[in-house]
Amino acid sequence: MSENRPNPDALLQRVQDEEARRLRGKLKIFFGANPGVGKTYAMLEAAHELRRDGIDVVIGVVETHGRAETESLVKGLELVPRRPVDYRGTVFQEFDLDAALARRPAVILVDELAHNNASGLRHAKRWQDVQELLSAGITVYTTVNVQHLESLNDAVAQITGVRVRETVPDSVLERADDVELIDLPPDDLLQRLKDGKVYVPEQIQHAIRNFFTKGNLIALREMALRRTAERVDQQMEVYRRDHAVIRTWPAAETIMVCVNMKPRGPRLIRAARQMAAGLHAKWIAVYVQIPRHLRSPQADRDRLAQTMRLAEQLGAEAVTLTGDHVAQELLSYARSRNATKIIVGKPVRSWWKEWVFGSVVSDLVHKTGDIDIYVITGETVEGEPLVRREIQRTSKTAHYAHAALVIAAATAVAWVMFPYFAPANLIMVYLIGVILVAIRLGRGPSVLSSILSVAMFDFFYVPPYFSFAVSDIQYLLTFGVMLIVALVISNLTVRIREQAELARYREKRTGVLYAMSRDLATHRGSTMLAHLAAKHLREVFDGQVAIFIADADQRVRLQRVEQLYFELDPKEAGVAQWAFDHNERAGLGTDTLPGSSALYLPLVGSTGPIGVLALRPKDAGLLLDPDQLHLFESLVNQVALAIERTRLSEEAQQAHVRVETERMRNAILSSISHDLRTPLATITGAASSLIKESSAMSAADRLELCRAIYREAERLDRLLKNLLDMMRIEAGAVHVNKEWHSLDEVVGSALARLEERLSHHLVNAALPADLPMVRIDGVLLEQVLINLLENAAKYAPAGSVIDLSAAAGEREIAMEIADRGLGIPPGEERRIFEKFYRAQPAREGGGVGLGLTICRGIVEAHGGRIWAENRTGGGAVFRFTIPLPEEQPPVAVEQGETKQDAS
Amino acid sequence: MGQDAAILLIEDEPEIRRFLRTSLPAQGFRLYEAATAQEGLLEAKARNPDLILLDLGLPDVDGTEVIRQVRGWTATPIIVLSAREQEQQKVAALDLGADDYVTKPFGVDELLARIRTALRHAARRDEGPDGAFSFGDVRIDLASRLVFVAEKEIHLTPIEYKLLTTLVRHAGKVVTHRQLLKEVWGPLHVEEGHYLRVYMRQLRNKIEKNAAKPRHLVTELGVGYRLRTD
Repeated sequence: MSENRPNPDALLQRVQDEEARRLRGKLKIFFGANPGVGKTYAMLEAAHELRRDGIDVVIGVVETHGRAETESLVKGLELVPRRPVDYRGTVFQEFDLDAALARRPAVILVDELAHNNASGLRHAKRWQDVQELLSAGITVYTTVNVQHLESLNDAVAQITGVRVRETVPDSVLERADDVELIDLPPDDLLQRLKDGKVYVPEQIQHAIRNFFTKGNLIALREMALRRTAERVDQQMEVYRRDHAVIRTWPAAETIMVCVNMKPRGPRLIRAARQMAAGLHAKWIAVYVQIPRHLRSPQADRDRLAQTMRLAEQLGAEAVTLTGDHVAQELLSYARSRNATKIIVGKPVRSWWKEWVFGSVVSDLVHKTGDIDIYVITGETVEGEPLVRREIQRTSKTAHYAHAALVIAAATAVAWVMFPYFAPANLIMVYLIGVILVAIRLGRGPSVLSSILSVAMFDFFYVPPYFSFAVSDIQYLLTFGVMLIVALVISNLTVRIREQAELARYREKRTGVLYAMSRDLATHRGSTMLAHLAAKHLREVFDGQVAIFIADADQRVRLQRVEQLYFELDPKEAGVAQWAFDHNERAGLGTDTLPGSSALYLPLVGSTGPIGVLALRPKDAGLLLDPDQLHLFESLVNQVALAIERTRLSEEAQQAHVRVETERMRNAILSSISHDLRTPLATITGAASSLIKESSAMSAADRLELCRAIYREAERLDRLLKNLLDMMRIEAGAVHVNKEWHSLDEVVGSALARLEERLSHHLVNAALPADLPMVRIDGVLLEQVLINLLENAAKYAPAGSVIDLSAAAGEREIAMEIADRGLGIPPGEERRIFEKFYRAQPAREGGGVGLGLTICRGIVEAHGGRIWAENRTGGGAVFRFTIPLPEEQPPVAVEQGETKQDAS
Repeated sequence: MGQDAAILLIEDEPEIRRFLRTSLPAQGFRLYEAATAQEGLLEAKARNPDLILLDLGLPDVDGTEVIRQVRGWTATPIIVLSAREQEQQKVAALDLGADDYVTKPFGVDELLARIRTALRHAARRDEGPDGAFSFGDVRIDLASRLVFVAEKEIHLTPIEYKLLTTLVRHAGKVVTHRQLLKEVWGPLHVEEGHYLRVYMRQLRNKIEKNAAKPRHLVTELGVGYRLRTD
């Protein structure tokens, strides 16, 4: 029984779909067989009904075509003002999408879904506008005629002889929440036409009359009815699936349609689409690129790109394979995808060519086994020649000349050999010539050289000499074989060459991908990555590249990449924003805002779009080449992942910093509450006793209290100074004012300041007399010495010696302050420089634990290092270095005074 | 030098004014107070004080501007009261003609010592040091340009001698690097701070007992030098 339960994954998918649908607006389509059946009228009536129910409904765009009954219905409904668009001098009143989005009605009427927007609007097609309205949660009522459906486009054109340029992808109709068929029997419609109730533009009246024949109308009506019935079928399926009524279809069918550069591609695609829809099968459009195609004319490549895009639009998976043998590639791919049906076009080559060269179709038919092959007629799209053989000159004229020269050279060599060798050997010389030409110069020249070599051989070395006449009839066989051998060799050689080219091309592609991914993997920071990515993309695609990265409020911001970014007017920025918001490509070569100068691809990370990459190629045709586009896409994917990776790590870093900062803040708070409050408590206590008990106290006691206040105030001052210094160092606000200083002077100043506090210790300052001058900030370095000396005084017992010394090395001066105190707890040598570090147990009168941190900050700001060790024999030693400038400053020597100096 | 010298205090902080109001008159000084620069400049003109105590962080006009204006019409000694963050301003004030500075927070002893030095100096300004000048065991015979340490003649180069006499002329007061360089080497060399360091070291080696812990030729890091005569 479990067989009949719905697949949980499928159910989940459905729930998700439902959820997505719930947030989206609903799409209701008024579907008709042809113009004039009354779709717009029905839509307006429905709108009035909604309005009566109190629903906020507005008209986005409705074409009344001046019909009175329709116009009367427009009255009483709110209209979104149209947007005038100037296109080559003509002003079109177009639907204003932005105004509609801003107005945000519950329901909006948007007539004629298949309408093509005037250039300059955001989307090329009105159905894209509608998609955006739906995404914004607005319900849309719209109208479509059956002939506008993409997949029926060909069929309608065949029946009516009129090809409609405005089309809507079938998926739009399929995904509509509600489709209402507006049906009118053909006779009634013809009557309405006669009564002038159907809008017919003046200029196409003739064409339209051909269109509105009873036969056409019946056919179109049948199509519309059938389409609606199919939809009902589908709904039934969905219902069954939901309710696990029964497993409905057998193992899923997979249809594979094979296309190439020929113009019939779109027809094959549409046929496949119809078959796939009928069978509820998924379908794949496949193109096999063989070496020869690399040299195809641009027009053919463009057509292929369009065909593949059409396939994608109609819901197919578009795949490009590369290989030498089309049928083989197709077959192995079909097997790998479990394709059940293969659709190919009927061969257009003549029977003898097929016999000589073979054909993909016959190969497929012979080798497919259990896969069904459908061969569709090779009828081409109207307006194009049935068979268009483009003879592409792949070789230049010069190549032909070179080919002739090579054969001439072969003839010369043969001439030298002629007296000594049999004619058969001379043929070998010619064959070498042919191979050379085939390797170097391509197919045409090699054919030429094959023919020439036979002619030359005949002319020079077959009696009668110097004539094309042949005396011995046997030579005709020789010529024939020689020609065939030469042609076969040249053909094979050329093919090898082409394969090598293809391999090179693939290698280049792989190389590009590899080079970029390696660069991206070894660098960090979004700016750096953007810069690298832009550099690589620019190299490969020869254009300008800009990278936009989304900031916190989901606006995309241009990552400036040296000179590579292009002018970003607000319009282009808008395109980038759109591509980002909708997670879809936009701009040049797409259907959305194709008027912009660049292609915008969203950078999609694992959690959604993180930015946009824009490419403005020098040659816009590049974007039509599916190969290049695929390469571009895979590169862009890499960029997206790399940037996301670096952003995640930056975020992790920031989170870490936040935690650190939080810890810091707590430490500061506890320090402030303890270290600042202790002296304050003494001061407050002493001062209040002086105020209150002054008269009762002895003079000596009063003096003692005053001293305590003074002492504690000084301590408070030191603490505050340390805190402020620390904050300035942390904030990077310390201005290092480097000047030439002699260290003995700085040491002297520090010792003078500390005279009182060092009074219980003996300071042994031994600085060499020849110590070079250094460039330092004297005030800051004095602070380092003061902190280190105070620190020493704090931990060394009274009466002990504190040693201060300095030594100049090659590149730096090392200073050392050593005491005979408690030393540093093992393993804490580094930690003592951390903020708020305190020795355990904390010492009486100890500071906030910032002194050493400040020292480190100052020393590092000077480009030096500071560290601490335990001293042999007990105590601690602190060392720091100050870099020595390469040269000492020049000091003008006093004339004639040096002698006196020495005395 | 009369102890009844008049001192003008220009300071916006009422608590500091209150503290000086009790301590300075106790030492026999007459004290006038001003809370703003404008008020201070008016008082300075009206009272013609013997010394001005000037806070650099005034609310209305920058302290250095006050010095510039005061120096426009009088040579009255000015002692600057500066906070620690005002290093640069302090040097600028001295270069503009302030006589000395005291860093907040300060003890009253320190302030009184500076006031006395400045007053003593002002009283002597017109005479200038002539004849002999001595401090510690150093004696300088200005007329014969001879210097003795512990009654033993020592040789100074012309620049060393000039450096020493410049400090002597401002004895007790801080002299900025700029002032020293200008007076000893000339106005073209005011940026060559390293000259000073080289010659100061030589000078200390010649006249200080312990050059590493100078008693008289005192370094005021980041500001200049001071000749301590006590």
